[in-house]
Amino acid sequence: MTAVAERTRDESSEVVPRKKSNIGGSLLTVLAWIVGIGFFFPVFWMVLTAFKQERAAYTDPPTLFFTPTLDQFAAVFGGGITPYLLNSLFATVMSTVLVLLLGTPAAFALSLRQVKRTQDVLFFFISTKMLPIVAAIVPIYVVVNFIGALDNVWTLVVLYTAMNLPIAVWMMRSFFLEVPKELLEAASMDGASLWRSLREVVLPIISPGMAATGLICMIFAWNEFFFAVNLTAAQAATVPVYLVGFITSEGLYFASLCAAATVAALPVVIIGWIAQNKLVQGLSFGAVK
Amino acid sequence: MSTSEKSGSTAVADPATKPAKPERPAVGPGSRRDGWIRRGPLLPALIFTIIVTQLPFLFTIYYSTQSWNLVNPGSQRFVGFENYVTVFTDSQFRGVALNSIVLTLGSVFIAMVLGLAVALLLNRTFPGRGVVRTLLITPFLITPVAGALIWQTVMFDPTYGLVNFVLGPFGAGTTDWISSFPRTAIVVALVWQWTPFMMLLILAGLGSQPQEVLEAARVDGATGFAVFREVTLPHLRRFIELGIVLGAIYLVNTFDTIYMMTQGGPGTASANLPFYIYQRAFLGFDIGQSAAMGVVTVIATIIVATLALRLIFRSFSAAEEV
Repeated sequence: MTAVAERTRDESSEVVPRKKSNIGGSLLTVLAWIVGIGFFFPVFWMVLTAFKQERAAYTDPPTLFFTPTLDQFAAVFGGGITPYLLNSLFATVMSTVLVLLLGTPAAFALSLRQVKRTQDVLFFFISTKMLPIVAAIVPIYVVVNFIGALDNVWTLVVLYTAMNLPIAVWMMRSFFLEVPKELLEAASMDGASLWRSLREVVLPIISPGMAATGLICMIFAWNEFFFAVNLTAAQAATVPVYLVGFITSEGLYFASLCAAATVAALPVVIIGWIAQNKLVQGLSFGAVK
Repeated sequence: MSTSEKSGSTAVADPATKPAKPERPAVGPGSRRDGWIRRGPLLPALIFTIIVTQLPFLFTIYYSTQSWNLVNPGSQRFVGFENYVTVFTDSQFRGVALNSIVLTLGSVFIAMVLGLAVALLLNRTFPGRGVVRTLLITPFLITPVAGALIWQTVMFDPTYGLVNFVLGPFGAGTTDWISSFPRTAIVVALVWQWTPFMMLLILAGLGSQPQEVLEAARVDGATGFAVFREVTLPHLRRFIELGIVLGAIYLVNTFDTIYMMTQGGPGTASANLPFYIYQRAFLGFDIGQSAAMGVVTVIATIIVATLALRLIFRSFSAAEEV
């Protein structure tokens, strides 16, 4: 162990117990902080600018110290972001509920029940994520238009459900596989019905995973832009569509733009911070824990 | 699909669920009813996915054989492969396809290199590690439309933007990044967004390293760099591969960043396939041609992605379930 301690400077890539005063280690710590702050800086700058007056947002060099104001947020909410927020909320929550309702039983069938050709079904689900959605937008538009569902938030609910279902199936399946088989067998030995053993044995084990799956689906649904911008207009438009209005504006608008972007991004950033430990598992379809 | 029950055998050859417990009771061979009960919970999700995601592609194939412009309602007629000929002889389409490849591979590659470096930096205990990690993943969480809007305005603005302020000492002056270097600007925004994902993936890989092997290598007197090259990097290989494939799948569909930052411009200089097809369909109203482009895109994606994904997921399930 002493030999290890002597070489800790070289072993920057491993988590090892290190000596208290270690110049190399301190430098790496400082570097890590600089990188972290650097990546976060555009977000920080967005939030900071949102509290400025437009005059203070247009200075060269940029202003770091100023008298904060809530004027921009008042303008954003006064300027009608609320219906967009409500549409986003509805599409996000409803699609996530549907994803969990459809995806959990499917994941159960594909893990604990060992349906035939499980592998093929799983790859079918993942392959739907690989198909470029842009190739489907034309017929989707034609059909949605035909049934009169353009600019209807339910259209987004259905599409977001289909968009997130493969992720949920793969992710939930990886949680089901963690349920010890012996537990289920013990429950059925004791004469518990399948439904009861699911509710009382399996559900408590997978519920944290279910929550994480739901949160990740919420992030994707909230952030979705392509369907929203092509299939909605005044009635059903979501928050990302609201932000489009800012790219055509002329004149002084940095501060109000930043306030709008902050309001749009805040919900998912918070959800993502909560779910950060399961983020990789969701995005890698459960392949990486 | 794939729910057809041809053989009565219950011995399902299935690599992903390989630890088939021998004590699992063998169900009645060939019992159709039992089979349906087993797959019952799967069917709603499967049928829903097939209807919403697969049917539109059949329509796309049909539309691609039609000459149909929404501006002329009565213009729809069958033209066979004419749209495909037009697509392949369209020099703009070829340029846009090349853009797609450059933007996707460029962003994925840079994000992976940075993500690997940042992950190594974070894979040690230091004060505030959790905070730094949280700061780092924020660009990935933020609504891409909002992120792109921030880059397009307060970051890349020629006069008041933060980028030119920071690069000022290096002679950036008032470079208009968005119109002079649109593809670079887009790659910067995409790399900013996707480096955190790569970092998280690599961190998961670093965390799953067998500690005994690392210890053994060190006891044998290997230097830190040798340990990294001989032990850590081979272990990380499949995580890197997975990150590249997943990143490419997500990034090849990039639409919002381009829509917000450059609108594909100037001209089609920074348009990728999704944006170009969108332009043709919703601004040009040319259903037939955009459908043909869609079919070409799908075929290209399927060829690349199916092979890569199958290989990588097989290697993961093999490694984890032994």
